[in-house]
Amino acid sequence: MAPEKLETTATAVQTSPEPLVGPGHSYASVTDKISAVPLEVGWPKFWIVGFTIAFMVLMMLLGTITWLLGKGVGVWGINIPVGWGFDIINFVWWIGIGHAGTLISAILLLLKQQWRMSISRFAEAMTLFAVACAFLYPTFHTGRPWLAYWLLPYPNTMSLWPQPRSPLLWDVFAVSTYGTISLVFWYVGLIPDLASMRDKAKSRFAQVAYGILALGWRGSARHWTHYEMAALVLAGMSTPLVLSVHTVVSFDFAVGLIPGWHATIFPPYFVAGAIYSGFAMVLTLAIPLRSWYKLQDFITMKHIDNMCKVMLATGLIVAYGYAMEAFMAWYSGNIWELFMFKNRTTGPYGWSYWSLILFNVLVPQLLWSRKARQNVALVFVLSLIINIGMWLERFVIIVTSLNRDFLPSSWGMYYPTKFDWSMFIGSMGLFTTLLFVFVRLLPSIAMFEIRLILPKKNKGGH
Amino acid sequence: MYTGLGPRVRWLMSQIFSPSTNPLSKISIVAVALLAGGGGLALWEVNSSPFVSRANYPFEQPVPFSHKHHVAGLGLDCRYCHTTVERSAFAGMPATETCMSCHSMIWTNAPMLEPVRQSWATGKSLEWNRVHDLPGFVYFNHSIHVNKGVGCSECHGPVDQMPLMYQANTLYMTWCLECHRNPEMRVRPRDKVFDMKYKHPENQAELGAKLVAEYKIQKLTDCYTCHR
Repeated sequence: MAPEKLETTATAVQTSPEPLVGPGHSYASVTDKISAVPLEVGWPKFWIVGFTIAFMVLMMLLGTITWLLGKGVGVWGINIPVGWGFDIINFVWWIGIGHAGTLISAILLLLKQQWRMSISRFAEAMTLFAVACAFLYPTFHTGRPWLAYWLLPYPNTMSLWPQPRSPLLWDVFAVSTYGTISLVFWYVGLIPDLASMRDKAKSRFAQVAYGILALGWRGSARHWTHYEMAALVLAGMSTPLVLSVHTVVSFDFAVGLIPGWHATIFPPYFVAGAIYSGFAMVLTLAIPLRSWYKLQDFITMKHIDNMCKVMLATGLIVAYGYAMEAFMAWYSGNIWELFMFKNRTTGPYGWSYWSLILFNVLVPQLLWSRKARQNVALVFVLSLIINIGMWLERFVIIVTSLNRDFLPSSWGMYYPTKFDWSMFIGSMGLFTTLLFVFVRLLPSIAMFEIRLILPKKNKGGH
Repeated sequence: MYTGLGPRVRWLMSQIFSPSTNPLSKISIVAVALLAGGGGLALWEVNSSPFVSRANYPFEQPVPFSHKHHVAGLGLDCRYCHTTVERSAFAGMPATETCMSCHSMIWTNAPMLEPVRQSWATGKSLEWNRVHDLPGFVYFNHSIHVNKGVGCSECHGPVDQMPLMYQANTLYMTWCLECHRNPEMRVRPRDKVFDMKYKHPENQAELGAKLVAEYKIQKLTDCYTCHR
């Protein structure tokens, strides 16, 4: 991108009423402020306390996994008829959360939405960590995770290839492609900032470490041309993934014949739900991050407002999905569909359906109000509620569809065990531990991108 | 111009990396690709080696029984010792009495045969080391193969040429499937099943197709054929 072009975009920002960067910032102050988080701030108390708690929860996850490997998946509550319990619920939940990062960094990049810049970096990191958490569940659900590589097509002594007709195999490809592209995209986006970190770092160790990761970035015009091209290509590759990954995940259900799963609305409704929960998670993370590290100048109320609007829009799509499920149960005239819906709403798990409607449909309507969107504490609480709501959605889909299917003689209840819970909560420990390490070691906001959107008069030095 | 950091400070600083790191960084790109490829290849080689498959090396046995001597030299039929091969899943291992039907009369003092005489005297079976050891999750039945025209040497190799028994094939699933997918290339007339010298004729494809039809051989490649 040529400097002239940048400056025209910067002028456009200047005229917008709500700035994306707080007032009075220059190139130097942006870099100083953001790079200070890993380089200068060091080990603040909230980091140590937060990391300690997260790490302890992570250890609980490792303990659970150890026990699981010793005893087998029987320590979980899954059993026929509910063979997919917490593990698949959590898998879908985590994968969904990741989608916001990709949407922000890819689709919003292609749409030239400048408000993405200050949240893209840690949203992408969140994507990666969410995918890592998601990977845990199907891997351990196989029961013999040391054979998980059997899921991949590789030359083997069994003359066996994975079953291409199974959506579970499509999942393997969808999720591993997603994880790889997200990692590369994130890393490529980090390179200019890693070079800044290398140049700002005082200690020899930090200089060398950031220096190796910066891959010799010197910020020449050629580097920037290549960078822009790479970012664009990667954004182009990630964009279909935003839609395809959760579509494929929804096929795990939609391709099955169970009433409550076998529905064509699943792909769009899952994608919208994924973005919904992803933005909720970005807010859950961004709000404490900006207040702890005093980054309100970069993650402004404008950002929070925009994210709330995305949540509102995707939340409405999700609500439409719920409405269509109810409508189709009646309109199809299929007794199994109708029974499924009755069981879902008034059966033994009715509480989960109604809490889902409350958390995902009713409460988020508050976001219509500008006042609510400007109330950071309220937005934080809402983001938590939506996270829980989206988890409940997967619980409702999986458990209430499976627990009473065609044959009353095979009906049964699903009760998660303490190992289900410790695996679930433990994965949050993994997620938060990784986030704490990320915030401590890397610039959690893309410095060079923020520099691009500074108002013209503030740039200084050139 | 945009740099990682403003050029105003960079010229003041000394270099972090010496020029010698330039080739190193380039080599590392190639090295990663080579290591990944080489690692994959090495894994494949190890996996197909006798170390894993146990093929092609003789096993130590309590008595160095020579199939070469007994089959090629003396002309014993397979079924003289492996008596249940036509009727049961297990081909059968000979009882000590079978050995002693000859060795009570010949080589009665051979030191090599001391364990056999011990077994005969005490009634305690000889403990052979199993050469063809399929995993527990594989169901294999000798009788169906033998009765459908699959010769002993098809799987066990030239047993009549083995001074000490060894596994002539990997017994990997890919090897089983080779025949299960194309049985016409391996099948032979029923009366040749125990013929260790049998060679497939030039027109095997033609003859095989005929035998497959005649013996009603199915291409059983469902998982549950062997994994029950």
